[in-house]
Amino acid sequence: MSSSEVVIARRSWRPRFLASELRLVFTRRRNLAMLVVLAGAPLLLGLAIRLSTRRPGGGGGGGPAFIGQITGNGLFLAFTSLVVTLPLFLPLVVSVVSGEAVAGEASTGTLRSLLVVPVGRTRLLVVKFAGIIAYAFAATLTVGVSAIVVGFALFPTGPVTLLSGGTIPLSAALLRVLLVALYVAAMLASVAAIGLFVSTLTEVPLAAMATTAILVIVIEILNAIPQISQIHPYLMTQWWLSFGDLVRDPVGYGNIAHGLVVTAVYVVVFGSLAWARLTTRDVTS
Amino acid sequence: MSGPEPSPDVAGAGAVAVADDDTAIRTTGLTKRFPGGQVAVNAIDLSVPRGAVFGFLGPNGSGKTTTIRMLLGLIGPTAGSFAVLGRPMPDSAGAVLPRVGALVEGPAFYPYLSGRANLTRLDAADRSVDARTARARIDAALERVGLSAAAEKRYRAYSLGMRQRLGLASALLRPRDLLVLDEPTNGLDPQGTREVRTLVRELASDGATVFLSSHLLSEVEQVCTHVAVMSRGRLVSQGTLDALRSVTTARVRVVTADTAQAAGVVRSLGLADVAVAVDHVSATLGELASERVTEALVRAGVGVRELVVERPDLEDVFVSLTGEGFDVEQ
Repeated sequence: MSSSEVVIARRSWRPRFLASELRLVFTRRRNLAMLVVLAGAPLLLGLAIRLSTRRPGGGGGGGPAFIGQITGNGLFLAFTSLVVTLPLFLPLVVSVVSGEAVAGEASTGTLRSLLVVPVGRTRLLVVKFAGIIAYAFAATLTVGVSAIVVGFALFPTGPVTLLSGGTIPLSAALLRVLLVALYVAAMLASVAAIGLFVSTLTEVPLAAMATTAILVIVIEILNAIPQISQIHPYLMTQWWLSFGDLVRDPVGYGNIAHGLVVTAVYVVVFGSLAWARLTTRDVTS
Repeated sequence: MSGPEPSPDVAGAGAVAVADDDTAIRTTGLTKRFPGGQVAVNAIDLSVPRGAVFGFLGPNGSGKTTTIRMLLGLIGPTAGSFAVLGRPMPDSAGAVLPRVGALVEGPAFYPYLSGRANLTRLDAADRSVDARTARARIDAALERVGLSAAAEKRYRAYSLGMRQRLGLASALLRPRDLLVLDEPTNGLDPQGTREVRTLVRELASDGATVFLSSHLLSEVEQVCTHVAVMSRGRLVSQGTLDALRSVTTARVRVVTADTAQAAGVVRSLGLADVAVAVDHVSATLGELASERVTEALVRAGVGVRELVVERPDLEDVFVSLTGEGFDVEQ
C-alpha cells in the first residue's frame, strides 16, 4: 500500500473543505429552521403595521424612523425588519452557529477526526469563520428578501422617497437594500469572531452559544448606559444601526466606515485569540 | 513518484522508501504530564519497525490512548521527541499525516449525516487526494469494511459495530503507509473481530505498518509481529512477540508412575522449582533444552509417559508485566 504517489498527486485547489463546511452549515435542520423563523419576522411586522394603519384616525405614532415610511412604500419594510431583528434575533442565530463551530466538532469527537486527516488548525478556523459569515449573510438576506416580498404584497411600491427627502427609482432602492444587507452581515462578523473564540474554549456547544449571546447582550447594555458614553465608540453595537445612512442621499459614509473599522478590530482580536487557543490546545475529546 | 493518475488501489510493490530510517514510529523520552500533575505517559522510548504489525498493549488507563494522541499531533508532549515515518513530529504533521490512517479512541462522526456523507466530508478535508476519485475511494472503503448496504443510513442509527466499521473505513479512504488503530475491535461481534484481523493482515501484506492498540491479548497474539506493553504510563516491554513470550520461563512437566526417581533426575539436572504430584513432576526449564531432560530420564530408567514443555501464553506474560490484569490504573 504505497501512498507516496497520492501525496505527490496534483493538489486540487477547489475549496472542497469550504464547500463541505457550507453544506454542513446550510443543511443542518436547526440552522434552516432559524432561517425560516427569521423569514417570518417581516411577515409578522408587515401584518401588524398593515392592520394597525387600517384603523381610521391612527396617527402613525412613534417607533423607528422607517416605520412611518412603510405605509408609503413597501420597500421600507426591509429596512424596518433589519432594525427590528438586528439587536437580538440576528446576533442570536449567529451566536448559535458560531458557538457550534469548534465546540460542536469537539463534542461529537469529529474535531480529532478532522485534525488527523490532517486539517491544519489555522485552516480549520478560517473555514469555520467563513461558514459563519456565509450564514450571517444568508440570515440577513433572508430577512431582507422576505421583507421585500411581504412589503410589496401588503403596501404600495414605486420610486422610493429616502429619509433625506429625495426620491430614487425602485431598482436603485433595491441595490440599497443589498448594501444594507452586506453592511449588517459585516457587523455580525464581530459576533461571529467572539462566538468562534468562545467555541474554542469548551466542548459543550450550548455553553458556547449562550456565552456568545450573553456577551453580545452585555455589550448592548453597556452601549445603552449614557454615563459611559466615552467607551461607546469602541463597542461594536454602537455602529450596527448606522446602516440608516445608506438610505440617505447622499450616502453618509462616516459612521459606516467607523462601524467597519470597529468590526474589523473585533474580528482581528477575537480571531487571534481563537487561533492562539486552538493551535495550542490539547484535543482530548 | 510521478504516477500519472493517483489510483485508489495503488499496488504496494512500487513503494519507495523515502525515510531516512527504518522505523515507522520512534519516540525518545516521550512524556505527557497533564495540567493536574498526573503523568499519563512517562518517558517512553517506542520503536516500531516498518512493515510490522505492532501490538500496543496495556490495561485501561495505562497511557495507550494518550500516546496515540501525541503521535497524531492531537496533544503536545511535555517532554521528549518523536518521529513518524522518519519525519520529526509534530513539525511534519502536514506531510506525514496524510500517509497515516488513524482511528483514535473509538469512531467519531456527525450523527445527523449518513455514513457516506461523513466519509465525503473527511475526504473533502484531505488536500492530498484527488477530488475526482473521491466517489470511487469512498465506495471502496465502505465495501472493504462491509458497510456498503448501510452507507446511506444516518450515523445516529448505526450500531456500535457499524460505527466502528465506519471508523475503519475513514482510515482506508486512501492508501496509507501507517495505520494507527486504537482498539479497533471495540464493540464488534466475533465475526466482525475476525474481519478486522483479516483486514489488518491484508493491510500488512500490502506493505503498511499497523500500530494496533488493544487490551485484548488474544487479538494481538493472533495478528502481531511485535508487541509493546504499557503499564502506569511506562513502557515495560517491547520487542518481537517471541522475545516477549520468552520473558517468563517455560516449565517442563513429566508424567510418570515413578515420580520420586523422576524428581531426583530433574533436580540433578539443576532445574529449579521442582514440584511433585501424584502422577507427574514439574520444574522450571530455564535455559536447558527439553531433549536433555528426556535423555537423562531415559538413561536413569524412568518410565516417561508424557513430557510436555509448557510455555506461558501472552496473557500470563502480560499479567506478569503489568502486575494486575485488567484493573483500571490510576
